[in-house]
Amino acid sequence: MTLLSIRDVSRRFGGIQAVDNVSFDVPHGAITAVIGPNGAGKTTLFHLISGFLRPDRGSVVFGGAEILGLMPHQIAAKGMARTFQQTRLFPKMTVLENILVGRHLHSRGGFVACMLHLPFTRREERAVREAGREILEFLGLSGQADAEAVRLSYGQQRMVELGRALACEPRVLLLDEPAAGLNMRETAEMGRLISRIRERNVTILLVEHDMSLVMDISDEIVVLSYGQKIAEDVPSAIQRDPEVIRIYLGEGDA
Amino acid sequence: MRKQGLQIAGFAAVVAAIQLATFLTGNVYHLTQLTMSAYYSLVVLGLCILTGYAGQISIGHAGFFAIGGYLSALLTTHNFSAHGGRVVSGLAAMGILARRPDLYGGELLTVHPWPACILAVFAAVAVAYAIGGPVLKLKGHYLAMATLGFGIIVYRIVLGTELVGAADGIYDVPAFPLLPGIAVSGKSSLRVMNYYVAWGFVILGMVFLMNLVRSRVGRALASIHGAEDAAEAMGIPTARYKLKIFVVSAAFAAVAGVLLTHYNGGIGPSESSVMKSVRYLAIVAIGGMANLWGALFMSLILNYLSLRGYFGSFDDAVFGVILILIMLFAHEGLLRRQLLDQIRGAVIRRGGGDDP
Repeated sequence: MTLLSIRDVSRRFGGIQAVDNVSFDVPHGAITAVIGPNGAGKTTLFHLISGFLRPDRGSVVFGGAEILGLMPHQIAAKGMARTFQQTRLFPKMTVLENILVGRHLHSRGGFVACMLHLPFTRREERAVREAGREILEFLGLSGQADAEAVRLSYGQQRMVELGRALACEPRVLLLDEPAAGLNMRETAEMGRLISRIRERNVTILLVEHDMSLVMDISDEIVVLSYGQKIAEDVPSAIQRDPEVIRIYLGEGDA
Repeated sequence: MRKQGLQIAGFAAVVAAIQLATFLTGNVYHLTQLTMSAYYSLVVLGLCILTGYAGQISIGHAGFFAIGGYLSALLTTHNFSAHGGRVVSGLAAMGILARRPDLYGGELLTVHPWPACILAVFAAVAVAYAIGGPVLKLKGHYLAMATLGFGIIVYRIVLGTELVGAADGIYDVPAFPLLPGIAVSGKSSLRVMNYYVAWGFVILGMVFLMNLVRSRVGRALASIHGAEDAAEAMGIPTARYKLKIFVVSAAFAAVAGVLLTHYNGGIGPSESSVMKSVRYLAIVAIGGMANLWGALFMSLILNYLSLRGYFGSFDDAVFGVILILIMLFAHEGLLRRQLLDQIRGAVIRRGGGDDP
């Protein structure tokens, strides 16, 4: 069953066709990876899907509804959460508070209700905090709940960012290079975490540079080069694909 | 929440202690400046939540203060009896227009302060909505310049409009009967009551804003300050939230403008000047930016000193210098939490050293 369907999406920046007529489906419950060399248009594609950029052409259907043209927060409200290539934690907030922001969509209190501290906002706040602590436990970061988020190690910061997206209880989670900047041990840990997230019935679409991570955890891989999709298959087939080997290892080497 | 209640109770005790001190030392007349400080503090608190917490700068808040103050002053002083007609008599019948004696024994038909106040605050809110939409798309310096421009426009309009007294402003503004027996008025017989009324408003505003900061909405605002794109990705409608907090902040300024105008019995163009906006911002900055209590105490102290004339003719310069120094040396404000933690840590270490 297809949860997210990307059809003929294109985006041009000046003279560069960053994303060129890309189509693929993200099946429900699977881990789909988008790989490709630097500048292949992976991150641009992510921005197009999550609403941070508008495509020139194409369509993105999520859970049966067109989401193209919606604002990022509207897309988030439909059940799509994302992380960023460079960690975007909220500074001056604790680890727990960062996670709690992820519960925004699962609480209702508006400006007036919150100013008046109405009884329903109190109940809501308790539920939000409980859910936040559950996420921290899942990440194994309960001990750091009250530490300032930006003071954690880089690897832990990436996990907090992932946890924050997870707190949204998304149907699909977009991870933009989750292993960027992580060492081998941290990368392996991140891979295990992503697999555990899938077990929580979250569909995952990730962009990644680190081939070992992608090959280990992905069910399906889409390969981009110069904005175009050049291959789409299961990891074992992608590893043998001569075109993929050529763009990754360079011409003549393969 | 317990802690918050204690803080509020502690502050109320400080307010009462100050009143008692002025009584015991025979300086009761200081209460006038302390009352005015309270109303300016309302503006500062509203700006603190906007700039300190949500990260949206405004150098135009004196404009909202002036819209509130001037509109309420105009409506409660303009004599409608000359206009006649059915509309005026209808409004009079509904109690929106009220007759009151003027200084010379004649009779004035003016808008009652309650509807005037409500209208004035609504007008400021409407202006905030109208300019907030386009202006809040800007960030950083550009937002600062746009709000500065708004402040200048309000100032020039006020200064150039005969209807609102141009350079003289509006005077003979009546007292504002809030409740039976309680009026916002500068009469010296009502000085103590007005001191408590004013700080009561501040405490009420403080409770609202502290609740907001600790809530879902407060976290959303802080996340917009920290990383707007990430906030958006968490499903926070950042544009709408920025607009709403801008309007809340403008409403605080407008309420303060209305109340201070009725307390002073008038308002002049200097209340809408850019230097007033700079002053509010300087106080928020020295108070620690995202620190409501810091802003409140700094506002109490600095406004009081300024109104008592301690800064002499350097009044505006003092606040300008404060702002420059803060921006140069303590970007995050002076009373920021880390600094307080460091001081506390140092004190504890020193205290601990004496232990066996």
